[in-house]
Amino acid sequence: MQPLEPLTILIAEDSAADRLLLSTIVRRQGHEVLTAANGAEAVEAFRSQRPHLVLMDAMMPVMDGFEAAQQIKALAGETLVPIIFLTSLTESEALARCLEAGGDDFLAKPYNQVILAAKIKAMDRLRRLQATVLEQRDLIARHHDYLLNEQRVAKAVFDKVAHSGCLNAPNIRYLQSPYALFNGDLLLAAFTPAGDMNVLLGDFTGHGLPAAVGAMPLAEVFYGMTAKGYGLSETLREMNAKLKRILPVDMFCCATLLCLSFQRGSVEVWNGGMPDGYLHSTASGERIALTARHLPLGVLSPQTFDDRTEVFPMAVGDRVFLLSDGVIDTCDANEQLFGVERLEQVFAANRQPDALFEEIEQALRDFRGEARDDVSMVEVSLLEAAQLSPPAPVYSDSGQSSPLDWSVSFEFRAATLKRFNPLPYLLQLLLEVHGLRAQSGALYSVLAELYSNALEHGVLGLDSSLKRDASGFARYYQQRNARLDELRDGYVRVHLQVMPKGEGGCLSIRVEDSGKGFDVARVMERPVDGVRLSGRGVSLIRQLSHHARWTDNGRSAHVEFFWEALA
Amino acid sequence: MSVVTEVSQDGKKLTISIEGRFDFGRHQEFRESYERLNSKPESIVVDLKKATYLDSSALGMLLLLRDHAGGDSSDIRVVNSSSDVKKILAISNFDKLFDIS
Repeated sequence: MQPLEPLTILIAEDSAADRLLLSTIVRRQGHEVLTAANGAEAVEAFRSQRPHLVLMDAMMPVMDGFEAAQQIKALAGETLVPIIFLTSLTESEALARCLEAGGDDFLAKPYNQVILAAKIKAMDRLRRLQATVLEQRDLIARHHDYLLNEQRVAKAVFDKVAHSGCLNAPNIRYLQSPYALFNGDLLLAAFTPAGDMNVLLGDFTGHGLPAAVGAMPLAEVFYGMTAKGYGLSETLREMNAKLKRILPVDMFCCATLLCLSFQRGSVEVWNGGMPDGYLHSTASGERIALTARHLPLGVLSPQTFDDRTEVFPMAVGDRVFLLSDGVIDTCDANEQLFGVERLEQVFAANRQPDALFEEIEQALRDFRGEARDDVSMVEVSLLEAAQLSPPAPVYSDSGQSSPLDWSVSFEFRAATLKRFNPLPYLLQLLLEVHGLRAQSGALYSVLAELYSNALEHGVLGLDSSLKRDASGFARYYQQRNARLDELRDGYVRVHLQVMPKGEGGCLSIRVEDSGKGFDVARVMERPVDGVRLSGRGVSLIRQLSHHARWTDNGRSAHVEFFWEALA
Repeated sequence: MSVVTEVSQDGKKLTISIEGRFDFGRHQEFRESYERLNSKPESIVVDLKKATYLDSSALGMLLLLRDHAGGDSSDIRVVNSSSDVKKILAISNFDKLFDIS
């Protein structure tokens, strides 16, 4: 045991003889002594000199020991100042009163030196214990404050990044704890230049700050590449490569990435390690599971990463539902999991598609009794393209250097067609022309359709009539992947020509492919509509651009865009 | 001990058995089970017969083990997984990295 450090001890005793006797004993034990002749003096001595411990006579004039003990305890606050009552009282009631008044112990007169020393020692131990507890409590409270503040700052910075997207779009509903970031949950949504919507629901391994650090780079890649018009595959490859590069081996991010195309009526899906998502068809009431087919992001090297996606048709009113494992792993009081079966029961019982979201929340509350903070859900529905208004892109340059008279030609050959998506580059180039910026959405959509027609129907020889129904839709995209893998030769050529015209200008786009062509007259006879799953591309191009025409038996497509003088 | 290690007599096969919850609490023990060996085993078996639960940090630990054992050239089998554990491994598509049975 460590040697007793000298304490300052206040002795309150009205008898001068007793006071002297006690002072001598206590001093001899190595402590410093303060004295008081009554309770009022004792309180005053405590107030001015803060002794560590008090020896207090119970019966004193002016103010008795009970009252003085109460006042001293009140002054001491949280600090433990042990008070030992000195008493000749013997009735248990009186002794109990000493403790009730705030006394910690008592010592019977006449004084026994050995017992007095032992009691001072024991009270000192208690006093130190209390001091240590207070110190540690304050330390923890301080660290906790720091932590909350750090989280608040980190969250504020992250929210700026995460909410730069379109989570507030009318077709998105979501549920996420405000501190989901620190559970590793991540929800992002943004429009592509063509007006499609990309949505990501992700779940990093672990909790707290480690789970949050990967979210920022992932969000930046997502927003950056979505805004530039990259497809899901390129975006996924980049996100995976980035996470693989920066995260430790045992950290990764489960994620589902969606691309909803309002114009084409389809959804493209990639699921790596997330629970099944669901595609609900409003018309048939059917549910298609969007199952994880891939390892999470950040596990595989860029060389072995699998960016293959699946494409499903979607009609207006259909909705995609994604959730984190917090939903399925919600436990009740008996550690039973909510589970996929209960979730599917909620789906099956649903009568009003609009109420589904609340019904799941309600089922989770009924099951658990309280909300969990790592439950993330999002529902995205397909609206008419016109009901959504993607924000106009913001350009930072002055507009003085707009190039107005030029042309350029590209030829993309087989090895390039397999993996490279030239659209973001082409769009970026064209948007240097300020007159085209106001129609960037239509421009991108038309370019994307021309390119995918040339690639899929031309170079790959795919038959668009396959996309008549849902299963054909899936088969079409399987064939697309397979044929692209096997592609040896073929090309897509893109010719762009920009010319001034009066105060405005004209862009002419020609896209040629190495395919077999098609019966132009027959396709042109079809009415321009948007209801069928197949043949969408051609009507879209005719609606969004001028002078759309096909020559060379359909192997060469030509469209024009115009703009007037800029204000 | 909730992580038990056994090396075959010829030193070529390491078996790591996990008992109870396979989560972040096992992190230290699990890493030590293969890092303290003097020679690198040719093959590793992770026995989950007595594992009741597995979370995403356990998946991370399996990735660490795989990395330690040589990444793509590693030979790791995960055996005796319960149907619940198998489900978690299946959602994560870990069967693409490990031989799971």
